[in-house]
Amino acid sequence: MTAVSDISEAQIWTYLESVPDPEIPVISIVDLGVVRSVEITGKSVEVTITPTYSGCPAMAVIAMDIETGLAKHGITDVHLKTQIAPPWTTDWLSEKGLARLADYGIAAPQKAGGPACCPRCQSKAVERVSQFGSTPCKAQWRCTDCLEPFDYFKCI
Amino acid sequence: MDHLFEFLLRQGDNALVLGHRTSEWCGVAPALEEDIALANTALDLIGQTQLWLGYAAEVEGKGRSANDLAYLRDVYDFRNALMLEVPNNDFGRTLMRQFLFDAFQVPWLTALSASSDERVAGIAAKSLKEATYHLERSSETVIALGDGTDESNRRMQDALDYLWPYAGELFGQDATDQAMQDAGVAPVPASMRSVWDTQIEQTLSAACLSRPDTSFAHSGGCNGSRHTEHLGHMLAVMQTLQRSYPGAVW
Repeated sequence: MTAVSDISEAQIWTYLESVPDPEIPVISIVDLGVVRSVEITGKSVEVTITPTYSGCPAMAVIAMDIETGLAKHGITDVHLKTQIAPPWTTDWLSEKGLARLADYGIAAPQKAGGPACCPRCQSKAVERVSQFGSTPCKAQWRCTDCLEPFDYFKCI
Repeated sequence: MDHLFEFLLRQGDNALVLGHRTSEWCGVAPALEEDIALANTALDLIGQTQLWLGYAAEVEGKGRSANDLAYLRDVYDFRNALMLEVPNNDFGRTLMRQFLFDAFQVPWLTALSASSDERVAGIAAKSLKEATYHLERSSETVIALGDGTDESNRRMQDALDYLWPYAGELFGQDATDQAMQDAGVAPVPASMRSVWDTQIEQTLSAACLSRPDTSFAHSGGCNGSRHTEHLGHMLAVMQTLQRSYPGAVW
């Protein structure tokens, strides 16, 4: 077992990179932009997270996954802190995360308020089905060329 | 009376009661997409409740939690506006209420984001993003249904006529409101009226609906002095688990 004192904060960030988002497992919680900071004090590690949506049920799972993810590396003295201000924004999604979302079939958030194109066939002929979707962070859209429905990551 | 505690209960109870009412649609909404939208809206509101009531419990300092406040208080301890506790009735009235509330919440939370109390400012800034999204949907739906068929227009006008006398309570200015203004925590809610009126007029006009010609406003929810008969029934359902199995946890 590695002593926490031998581990750098950068190393902890690397460990967190391998903790997947429970609802969208192709991106990590770091790519999702919910991890605000990592701080090592003595033997304990404090991880500060910012919730995506205030009622998102995945946040409780994310907290648990951080604890188990770090425990795998022998880090058991973990304190989780929730910070709501400044509020989470889709601007915090990483470039890598955005690319993986697109590969997975989820259109990336756009300031204009709708997807740039269908994530499957790249057509720009898309229409909104519903402002909400399978998780709080997504909306349902449809491509009118390939006719496939798809998820769009809401821009907030 | 601790005015900050009272103020926080009002914010938390508004979110909780509307959140619970909205969740009653889960599984029975008129279309799958609407069902999902309503459930997501409810989820946002319950999430906001946790933040407001969590802070309220800390301010109270009696060792209660957000859950204790939600599940173990009775009708007259609730501080939500009456409009939010009346039954959903049909889909039209549910969305009309959501619209009337969202149109208040957006300017209100915008103002609270600049609160001198940084916890209030943080919760408001977080909730504002969700409220803005809710307003987009509720105003579009009010327009779609108001400017829809004869039946949908009639139902939306009925909904508006029913809810209108309740909406005025959102714009209070009692001793708690005044104390919050003096402390720089929040402006008095009454000062939101003109912004709200403008939003309401724009949307109602696009929705082919007429604003009721009365300024009468029920009151008694935000100060707990007189709730409607409906809140007790709602709480009986919402609180049944904690009442039947006190202290039950996941």
